[in-house]
Amino acid sequence: MDKNDGFMKALKCRECGREYPLAATHVCEFDFGPLEVLYDYDRARHTMTKATIQGRPKTMWRYRELLPVVREPTVGFQVGFTPLVKADRLARRLGIRELWIKNDTVNYPTLSFKDRVVSVALSRARELGFTTVACASTGNLANSVSANAAAVGLKAYVFIPADLEEGKILNSLIYGANVIAIRGHYDEVNRLCAEIAGKFGWAFVNVNMRPYYAEGSKSMGFEIMEQLGWSIPQHTVVCMASGSLLTKIHKSYQEFIKLGLVPDTRYKIHGAQATGCAPISTAHKAGMDFFKPVKPNTIAKSLAIGTPADGFYALRVLKDSGGTGDDVSDDEIREGIKLLAECEGIFAETAGGVTVGVAKKLIASGKIPANDSAVLCITGHGLKTLDAVVGHAGSTREIKPSLREFEALLAAENQSHLLSR
Amino acid sequence: MSVKVRIPTPLRKLTNNEELVEVNANTVRDAIAELQTRYPGIKERLLDDDGSVRRFVNVYVNEEDIRFLQNQETPIKSGDEISIIPAIAGG
Repeated sequence: MDKNDGFMKALKCRECGREYPLAATHVCEFDFGPLEVLYDYDRARHTMTKATIQGRPKTMWRYRELLPVVREPTVGFQVGFTPLVKADRLARRLGIRELWIKNDTVNYPTLSFKDRVVSVALSRARELGFTTVACASTGNLANSVSANAAAVGLKAYVFIPADLEEGKILNSLIYGANVIAIRGHYDEVNRLCAEIAGKFGWAFVNVNMRPYYAEGSKSMGFEIMEQLGWSIPQHTVVCMASGSLLTKIHKSYQEFIKLGLVPDTRYKIHGAQATGCAPISTAHKAGMDFFKPVKPNTIAKSLAIGTPADGFYALRVLKDSGGTGDDVSDDEIREGIKLLAECEGIFAETAGGVTVGVAKKLIASGKIPANDSAVLCITGHGLKTLDAVVGHAGSTREIKPSLREFEALLAAENQSHLLSR
Repeated sequence: MSVKVRIPTPLRKLTNNEELVEVNANTVRDAIAELQTRYPGIKERLLDDDGSVRRFVNVYVNEEDIRFLQNQETPIKSGDEISIIPAIAGG
């Protein structure tokens, strides 16, 4: 093995197993299957012990043997190790014994789990000599590529559907990135980017850098296990867009078992989608191992991918782990956002509403038993998708700066409270 | 019917690095057959053993996924453009 490849061995096709050098390439030349990073686990085992990990800085990079960079990361060294919050009030509301929120709404620097994948993709892109980075994005990825590229002086091109939330668009523009809005939905942006990536010598984080990029998601799973005292949660509920995060959380659990860092206990991984874009959960409910592409129509725009690239693998994880795929309506998504905010003081974007909404359904139906323990992966901050909740979060009551008016207001409220009893 | 087919990077070794090739065909199926005649080996890259489009291959006619049209039976006419694109991840 080449010593310069760090803990990586090769890229390997997930379909046919053919191996490729560790370059900026993402599909098998033979069958277009996605390429995945192969690691030298025997070597990683020597340095990746609980003690060494605990002695490292509290960022996602404390698991660096299983992240695909050769040298120390140069982008986003502070990313990750977000709080795992014990959500007792939400647990009572949903009717489950124990509930945890993996809170990536406060990830650094752009308030979504995408900072994890981007810090890996950009660190690796620099190792491979790129100076321009790019992405196809439903918003969060574009924010993170723009910010992290700005922080190290990389040139950034981000491609988004033109109808994204204003907050998500501004959150890319502010960093000076080239933001290209495409008149079309994400799958069309994706198709264009695949063509652009073939033509320009750029590091497209979710195209030619995808094998590296996607590995960054594992850090969310590594952190969950460490924060739970080196164990795998009985249930993990993850939202699905391309399905990549869900498959990588599964992979993270498998890798820690392989390295002996956690006991090999049974676990179920559940996938959450919005009903307006639910190709994976629909296929799962129908018992199929392939999905039918859909045209998205949902307020959960960050999950609006109608042709999910990792859909097949996500379906396999749901099936093999005994988990469930389900989906919720736009109203249920808003209700999920409110529940999480009112019970735990955490304001999630629409994708978080999807995860909470689906968890509520699965607990109510007994698919997540009331006596079990579950972790909900909350992936992005609510301030990014304000449009989705405007007019649904109540309204202010306006008075003059007068104590008398305030007392009158309280008295009126008490009155109506009594009447409504 | 003469149509253009956009060849993705991983297949260009087969097309002598041509990224845009012209074929005569009435359906997507015909187009793939003609590509195979001119660039032997390309068909098995695009289709699995059952003759279906491989699950990680997306084929578009004028920017519409053929799975929303009539799959390989999708008719094509002069001036149409077929794009072959590997599935990619998102966010």
